[in-house]
Amino acid sequence: MIGAGEVGSSIASSLAGAHEVVVVDVDGERVESLTYSHDVLAIEGDGTSLSTLEEAGVAEADMVIASTDDDETNLVTCATAKTASEAFTIARVRNTNFLRTWRRSEGAFGVDFMVCTNLLAAEAIVRIAGLPAARDVDPFAEGRVQMAEFEVRPDSPIAGQTVQEADRWEALTFAAVIDEDEVTVPRGGTVIESGSKVVVIGTPECVREFAQALAPDEKRASDVVVVGGGAIGFETARLLGERGLEPRVIDADETRARELAEALPKAVVMCHDPTDAEFLVREHVAESDLAVVSLESDELTLLVALLAKQIGTGRTVAVVENGAYVKLFEAVGVDVAVNPREVVAEEITRFTHGQQAENVAVIEADRAEVIEIEVDDESVLTGRAIRDAAGDLPEGVVIGAITRNGEVITPRGGTVIQPGDHIVVFADAAVVDAVLDVL
Amino acid sequence: MRLRVDWRTSLSLVGTVLKWLWVPLLIPIGVALYYGEPLTPFLVAIGVTVLAGSGLEFAWERGDLGGREAFLMVALVWLGIAAVGAIPFLVAGDGTIAQPVNALFESMSGITTTGATVLVDFDVHARSVLMWRSVLQWLGGLGILVLATAVLATLSVGGAQLMETETQVQSVNKLTPSIRETAGLLWSIYVGLTALAIAVLYGLHLLGLAPSMTLYDAIAHAFTSVSTSGFSPRAESIGAFSPAVQWTMIPFMGMGATSFVLIYHVLGGDVRRPLRSEEFRFYLLVLGTLGAAVAALVFLDPETTYGSVATVRHGLFQVVSIVTTTGYATVDFDLWSPAAKHLLFVGMFLGGMAGSTTCSIKLVRWLVVLKGFRRDLFTAIHPEAVRPVRLSGSVVDESTVRDVYAYTLISLLIFFAATVFVVADGARVGANVGEFEAMGAAASTFLNIGPAFGGAGPFGSYVAFPESTRVVMIALMWIGRLEVIPVMVMLTPAFWR
Repeated sequence: MIGAGEVGSSIASSLAGAHEVVVVDVDGERVESLTYSHDVLAIEGDGTSLSTLEEAGVAEADMVIASTDDDETNLVTCATAKTASEAFTIARVRNTNFLRTWRRSEGAFGVDFMVCTNLLAAEAIVRIAGLPAARDVDPFAEGRVQMAEFEVRPDSPIAGQTVQEADRWEALTFAAVIDEDEVTVPRGGTVIESGSKVVVIGTPECVREFAQALAPDEKRASDVVVVGGGAIGFETARLLGERGLEPRVIDADETRARELAEALPKAVVMCHDPTDAEFLVREHVAESDLAVVSLESDELTLLVALLAKQIGTGRTVAVVENGAYVKLFEAVGVDVAVNPREVVAEEITRFTHGQQAENVAVIEADRAEVIEIEVDDESVLTGRAIRDAAGDLPEGVVIGAITRNGEVITPRGGTVIQPGDHIVVFADAAVVDAVLDVL
Repeated sequence: MRLRVDWRTSLSLVGTVLKWLWVPLLIPIGVALYYGEPLTPFLVAIGVTVLAGSGLEFAWERGDLGGREAFLMVALVWLGIAAVGAIPFLVAGDGTIAQPVNALFESMSGITTTGATVLVDFDVHARSVLMWRSVLQWLGGLGILVLATAVLATLSVGGAQLMETETQVQSVNKLTPSIRETAGLLWSIYVGLTALAIAVLYGLHLLGLAPSMTLYDAIAHAFTSVSTSGFSPRAESIGAFSPAVQWTMIPFMGMGATSFVLIYHVLGGDVRRPLRSEEFRFYLLVLGTLGAAVAALVFLDPETTYGSVATVRHGLFQVVSIVTTTGYATVDFDLWSPAAKHLLFVGMFLGGMAGSTTCSIKLVRWLVVLKGFRRDLFTAIHPEAVRPVRLSGSVVDESTVRDVYAYTLISLLIFFAATVFVVADGARVGANVGEFEAMGAAASTFLNIGPAFGGAGPFGSYVAFPESTRVVMIALMWIGRLEVIPVMVMLTPAFWR
């Protein structure tokens, strides 16, 4: 693991339980604090130097994750690691150009898997835009199954209902109810309090219907304003354009605005200070369904997101660079705060739960995970009805959906799992590794 | 005062170009030999051009060709060829063009691919002299292709920039990396098109569909249709030929005014490319709508009775001829209703596509002007909006948009000034020059179309204008063909200092 910043330490902590993790960072203080806080071996040194990598034992490593805040360092680290090891290399980059190059020629830069912070963040934002009120949406089984996390507002029809009453959809499973400090695996009688969050797993159609039922007056965002034309804002606008929307993009910098306007034929680009409330009102930002705010500093982002909310924009999504602010943003009124580093950590984590896990989503800052697994002959589930196998699974585990030969099967007590099935499992963070062992 | 322009280099290069004029002069000599006409006019011209050319070429040491020298050279080359081109007319000594101003007018009208004539009686002229007019126009078309692709592109003026923008659509900046190669490719397309036109026209004759289209006529008209210039050895222009020839001429004029870069790609197998070009779609739209509108106006006019198919043919032919800046005519459109005439007059300002042999303002400029205006309408409502002007999907940079606005406006200003001069000059000598006639003639010479209205109508002659007006028109043709800047820049003191 090269780089012990937010992403690095987040990944390191989720790996430390079941793997031997060596973390390399140039910053001595970080290395020291990591040694105390996590069960990892931390080494001070430069990841791009072969001697440091060898000291960290790169030759015997199964995987090298380069996750410093500098793209070039990460790429060079992967290339260097490749010279001394067979390890699977993962590089994190911000610049989408590197991703484009890598996609064109698999294995470029000696990178086996590349995650692009800006693109992933933009994709996460666009997914949120597609579902009303969703706080997080992740696709599984090639998009046939979706996991979504919703906040239950006091005015929502399901507030105060039991799970049994609320679950009116055949192909939908309530995986978890999350309160302030507790992740509950719901039983039929569990009451969904207003203000709590629910995690559901099911077909995209059911998830969308559930979303509509949660907040009947909200619809799919069609009028989106992107405030701040940085890399994430640009990618968001581009992806929205690809989905047939005509987003409006606001950037204060004249040169950048021109660049955006040239690169985004579908968008309407405006060059003005986004903190000017009079301008936002004049350009009818208030009437838009969704405002995505991603400015150069978190402070400015918060200010503009709240400004948009205050003048009446439907929903606001803010991009927060500092992970510690995510909760704060949501507490003061921003509907969804997206932290690019968290999104990236999630993506990288999916490569670290052995070969079994195909896909992973991290819920509520590492409190739980949703994992996709292909069931093989050795799994405790194979050939048994879920009812019978449940005893061998740890507490805090829910089987959310099963796909067999491309078809979605909603798990019920009597469903018999066969080898080759893909199952989407919700698991409390504490038992994730235990779950992976038995499945 | 010290001149900062290395005019010696420019003149020396002009000399080189003039020296080679003996090659095209062999064509009328061949014609003269075949028909047993006098050779002296062309032999004199060869003598003068080789001597003067070599003299200029070797008079001075040649330095580096900078931007200023290139402007000077381009302007002087066109002037020099016009002067040499006038020699056979003077020496032959027949009809109106035996007079020096008229000879230069005819020659300039040839090399600038205008097609405005001062001939009155076509029968007094030798066939070889009439062929020389067509050869001049064919050279003029070739010259402008080279100028647009090789010279003006490097000086980044004129429609060349826009042509580049158009070609960037498929991430191919230039056809081939070197300018010389590009120019060579365009020449071969040009020569190929000309050969095709000769074959088709003479083929029609052999098939019996065009009795009067002899090989001589086929060559002369192929030269002036593909180069969108419009001289004809016949007094009745294309009206002298069968409807089959008239229909055939429409696509050849059309191709002459189509971007040669586009034709190159079509020949390379990319047949759908023209449809992706916004300029080409606009070009077809303009030809279609204007053609239909003029045909409808002629059809509704009780004075003109051609029959319905012939009306469509005449309407479309005249529109294609004017818009591509060719200047042929199948009928005397000067006799049409004022509305139809006025529509043709408007068509003079359009022009064909950039990167072709066409003249006038060119459609790509109008397209940019219209798109720029639509953008301005949008930003009027949303002052903070940033909206680039796009052409076939790629962005036209703002300085080019500005240049296009300026060029279009300046062209119109020059046109207005020329109109005023033509009317005033006519009144001065007591010649009866009407306003519409003056506007038509000013536009037709400056925009290099050819025929106008009234005395200068399709079957008329510019000899009706006073001599001073004709001198100014020579300058107008020269300035217009070179897209204003290379000539006008020489009038600025900064050019010389």
